[in-house]
Amino acid sequence: MDRSIAIQVSRLTKTYDGHTAVSDLSFQVYLGEIFGLLGPNGAGKSTTLRTLITLLTPTSGTASVLGHDTVREADVVRQLIGYVPQERAIDRFLTGREHLELLGALYHLPKAEAAKRIAELLKLVELEEAADRAAKTYSGGMKRKLDIACGLLPDPKILFLDEPTLGLDVQSRLRIWDYVRMLKARGMTIVMTTNYLDEADQLCDRLAIIDGGKIKTLGSPAELKVGLGGDIVSLTLKDQSKIPSLVSALTRQPAIRAVKATPTGLDIRVESPEKALPAILESANRLDCQLEFIEYHRPRLDDVFIAHTGRRIQDETPNAAE
Amino acid sequence: MKEYWQEIHALTMRWVRRLSREKFSMLFTLVQPMLFWLIFFGNLFQRAANVQVTQAPDYISFLTAGVVVMTVLNNGLAGGVDLLFDKENGFLERLMTTPIHRSSVILSRFIFVMTITSLQVLVILGVAFLFGVQPVTGLLGVAAILMIGMLFGVGLTAISMAMAFSVKSHGDFFSVLGFLSLPMIFLSSALVPLVGMPAWMGFLARFNPMTWAIDAVRPLILSGWTEALPHVGMVVVVMLIFDALCLYGSVKVFRRAMG
Repeated sequence: MDRSIAIQVSRLTKTYDGHTAVSDLSFQVYLGEIFGLLGPNGAGKSTTLRTLITLLTPTSGTASVLGHDTVREADVVRQLIGYVPQERAIDRFLTGREHLELLGALYHLPKAEAAKRIAELLKLVELEEAADRAAKTYSGGMKRKLDIACGLLPDPKILFLDEPTLGLDVQSRLRIWDYVRMLKARGMTIVMTTNYLDEADQLCDRLAIIDGGKIKTLGSPAELKVGLGGDIVSLTLKDQSKIPSLVSALTRQPAIRAVKATPTGLDIRVESPEKALPAILESANRLDCQLEFIEYHRPRLDDVFIAHTGRRIQDETPNAAE
Repeated sequence: MKEYWQEIHALTMRWVRRLSREKFSMLFTLVQPMLFWLIFFGNLFQRAANVQVTQAPDYISFLTAGVVVMTVLNNGLAGGVDLLFDKENGFLERLMTTPIHRSSVILSRFIFVMTITSLQVLVILGVAFLFGVQPVTGLLGVAAILMIGMLFGVGLTAISMAMAFSVKSHGDFFSVLGFLSLPMIFLSSALVPLVGMPAWMGFLARFNPMTWAIDAVRPLILSGWTEALPHVGMVVVVMLIFDALCLYGSVKVFRRAMG
């Protein structure tokens, strides 16, 4: 993979009226990858994104897109990027085609060039038939597709997507994911924010988990999972008074890396299940713990998230608003 | 320069399209001032109004100048509404990520509001004409009326757009709008000349830029150039100061809102 740098963020800090939205953030996005900013609402991912697309000026630190500073060379950056906002930024009285024509003029495309691109984009997002209907007649999924077409109109080097599937039904989500993968295959660099773990896991080459305005961890989904060190065995005990004694019994065992008490049982991080499972069962029997439920799984992105932020992400499952 | 014009043209046409798609609202905006003020109010007070006070052949011909300037006032104060909606639904943000001159958005709005207002003023003068009100200064006078309207409208539209960028919610915007509009009309010479007002209202009305505009438009309709010219000269000075103040304040707000 091409490892040249598309975006460089250095010690970015943004404060609003005394409240720090983003604090001392540094990361890079490589050319041609899908980079995700994952975090709960209010974590600072939108602030980061909006700085990159020149809508916000950093309080301190810098951000550059393809080598151009987002403040000093904002106009150059704007020529290079496309943006798909989180809200359906649609003028309900304009038709789909008129949206694209307006943007064509704002990107200073000659009429013929604009018309050619618009035809291609309408085809790509399957809005050809609805192109001349006012946008107020569009469904949520169609509006999202129009949003994406708008973001692609300037033929950007880097596309920014803010919560691309928020509030969409499952069908539309999968459709949007397909587009994103296809754009990457065409060589586009994509930066997206999301608070859906599955979306980050499925789509992103690398992701930064952001919470409280700071990057908690950064890497590919696979790296992050491996980084947790080992698989997880979760036990649920019938007799919860036995939890502390089981914790201390397991803590010193070989093949077991970490033991953590949970409200109903234990989470045990193990090096290899073959060695650890018999030891766990043996101890549980010896202490007469009455196991109610055993779950064994490879680390998922949820576990990564919890390990680094100390809590569960909200809105894990998409709620179909349409 | 060519690019700048391309942006302004595209953005202005967007406002025109929006208006043409909202037929009902367009009709309502266009008809309201004529219907409510000129036709109803004008005819209603035909006999109640004292000709000695109004110094006009009839109340409608006195009121026409007031209705013209009221229309400028209301259109100007509402001039930022569409930007407010753009701000709230994220459309403005989309525009701001494109490589346009920030001023294109603002300029397109000025052009649109001024054009609509001028058309509306012409329609009002047309309706007044049907009721026998004939501007004595002729077409040149009508042109002068349009110029005064635009001079006043620029400042008002600037205030309105600045407000659209500053308010927290559109509820706030419309409250302020509702609160400003009527007192501005009552505390002006739109419905009653200054001499016919209670002293304290007349005193306050003297500080209302609307009064200056009306007092220049009225002689253009009723009296003739010799009477009108000093007022027109005066209003140009007053409006230039008014516009300068409004623009100075709003440009600061635009800079902050749009970067």
